Amino acid sequence: MKMYRSHIMICRGTGCTSSSSEQIAQEFEKQLKLHGIDEEVIVERTGCFGLCALGPIVIVYPEAAFYSLVKPEDVEEIVKEHLVKGRVVKRLLYAETIEEDRIKSLNQVNFYKKQVRVALRNCGIINPENIDEYIAFDGYKALARCLTELKPEEVIDIVKRSGLRGRGGAGFPTGLKWEFTAKAQGDMKYVCCNADEGDPGAFMDRSILEGDPHSVLEAMAIAGYAVGGSQGYIYVRAEYPIAVKRLSIAINQAREYGLLGKNILGTGFDFDIELRLGAGAFVCGEETALLASIEGQRGMPRPRPPFPANKGLFGKPTLLNNVETYANICPIINNGPEWFASMGTEKSKGTKVFALGGKINHTGLVEIPMGTTMREIIYEIGGGCPNGKAFKAAQTGGPSGGCIPADKIDVPIDYETLTALGSMMGSGGLIVMDEDNCMVDIAKFFLEFTVDESCGKCTPCREGTKRMLEILDRITKGKGQEGDIERLETLAKNIKASALCALGQTAPNPVLSTLQYFRDEYEAHIRDKKCPAGACQALLQYIIAEDKCKACGICAKQCPVSAISGKPKTPYVIDQGKCIKCGACLEKCPFKAISRG
Amino acid sequence: MKTLKDLEEIRKRTLDTINLRKDQSGTRIVVGMATCGIAAGARPVLLAIMEEVEKNDLSDVIVAQTGCIGMCKLEPIVEVYRPGEEKVTYVKMNPSKAKRVVNEHVMQGKVVQDYTIGAEE
Repeated sequence: MKMYRSHIMICRGTGCTSSSSEQIAQEFEKQLKLHGIDEEVIVERTGCFGLCALGPIVIVYPEAAFYSLVKPEDVEEIVKEHLVKGRVVKRLLYAETIEEDRIKSLNQVNFYKKQVRVALRNCGIINPENIDEYIAFDGYKALARCLTELKPEEVIDIVKRSGLRGRGGAGFPTGLKWEFTAKAQGDMKYVCCNADEGDPGAFMDRSILEGDPHSVLEAMAIAGYAVGGSQGYIYVRAEYPIAVKRLSIAINQAREYGLLGKNILGTGFDFDIELRLGAGAFVCGEETALLASIEGQRGMPRPRPPFPANKGLFGKPTLLNNVETYANICPIINNGPEWFASMGTEKSKGTKVFALGGKINHTGLVEIPMGTTMREIIYEIGGGCPNGKAFKAAQTGGPSGGCIPADKIDVPIDYETLTALGSMMGSGGLIVMDEDNCMVDIAKFFLEFTVDESCGKCTPCREGTKRMLEILDRITKGKGQEGDIERLETLAKNIKASALCALGQTAPNPVLSTLQYFRDEYEAHIRDKKCPAGACQALLQYIIAEDKCKACGICAKQCPVSAISGKPKTPYVIDQGKCIKCGACLEKCPFKAISRG
Repeated sequence: MKTLKDLEEIRKRTLDTINLRKDQSGTRIVVGMATCGIAAGARPVLLAIMEEVEKNDLSDVIVAQTGCIGMCKLEPIVEVYRPGEEKVTYVKMNPSKAKRVVNEHVMQGKVVQDYTIGAEE
């Protein structure tokens, strides 16, 4: 690669790509040529910077100028001013990065200040389609060291001592899993990667695969060396087209360089990786279902034991780790297990990536040391709830997790504390809810998801979750009955105890945890037929206050179903039978005479 | 197939070209590129500096631009910031002077007194 004085890094992760970052990249290339500086300045397409809410994001080095919400028509100005004349275009900079007219270094900005990027170390910094850039930042150094200096059991020992635990959700110690697979007897062993990211709102695995695919390939090769496997499979969702494309490019480049395939680096070690595309069934993220799907069977779980470490893919010993788990391996080998274990809490070491979503200002991807509090994540990094609304709860762990209420916001986050609060780490989706979110409605949303995604193999999950959803549905429609809460609790207990796989066993968690912290909301729905948050439409009523109504008739004109009637000088009324609760009248009333209750 | 040595070479070669994306500790060479600078010939100066930096494999050196610093009649102006040292401002630069600054000041730490703003005044 030749020397360029300035590098324009454009995010080509899924988020920014969906808001036209490719057009922006092409416009930059065109404008650079037009201004005759295309030999001095290079345009690089890169992975996710994390601050998706402000995308499309463009970072220009060496100044590290952070341009946010860039539009194709802004490109000419950036090229003319910044790249030709050296004057940063202030109006397009992310406001937080400017201080007294100077550009702050990115790690001083609130969003990045508390972050420690281990799994995301290369995302946004390298071009993921260029293996040389990965190699430049210590890529394939860890593999080279393992193959030339360390015995397989020493590699496993390093992973064990680091304290790394599975980032896919359950938090099983990674080193132990490697050891079990290494000790299992078999003429053939497999190393698999679970990239079937399915929790609503979680997108860290996608971002790692899009932004730094080699970090996963290298770690899988190391795992292959440690456990004695020679074939790897990455099971990735077909609806992640950018991740699939970058992985394919990365695998080909690694093969060309002899970093995958036969006799890697001349050491006699053979390891290759193939992709398997999943059709998007949530249950295929469960390990036994995933392996069945790779085999070409229908993706359904089977009882364990035997665990995959002993009897996995095609009946052979199989190691299966999640994308983010693998992304931590190379830094652990390069920097030592003590370095990794120095971050985090007593039982949860290292960092964790969270996908921030819902009612939060800085929607995006953050990586923080374990033990960071929810308050730091939501307020300091995430910028709090939009429009000054009050924070009510955070949902972690997706459909298997639960809610953490506002009064538990200062608890340091790790595997144990989340479980103790009735939630779980899960893959790291973190959905923020404010005062307008109804907790019964949230529980219903997640249960709808599990009912849709239940594979149907075992009765507790197939029938039990459906019955729970029916009860929740009638509660939110104002038809809840006394005893419904108890019925939900009994069903939840039985499903947890008897479902075949983790999907079923954890499906009642969203209901149980909202019942634990927001039981009064359930009771209000059932007894008073009211939704305290004002979210359940069936329980809402729009009412015109007679004393405030000036009979102007604006509300009647706004109503899309002609449910409002009235005459001059007499207050208007809403026909509750016709009203569809759209709220248009409330927004337009100039005298604030309409209320929702 | 690549060997360990090949890998190390790729690492070093690529790092030289993309190091500017990491937090910087090394030398910064800043060229004034406002209208006045460009009119006075800042672009060939900039290109000469880049060429020299690349030729000599200087991985810890950044070449950047800036706007007008107010002394338009002394353009093209080049400023060199070495860590822990005072900024040195060179004036009325041309490509061959720029190459000398890279070779003597940036690489060997010897300020080229003849071209500095002090010498001009």
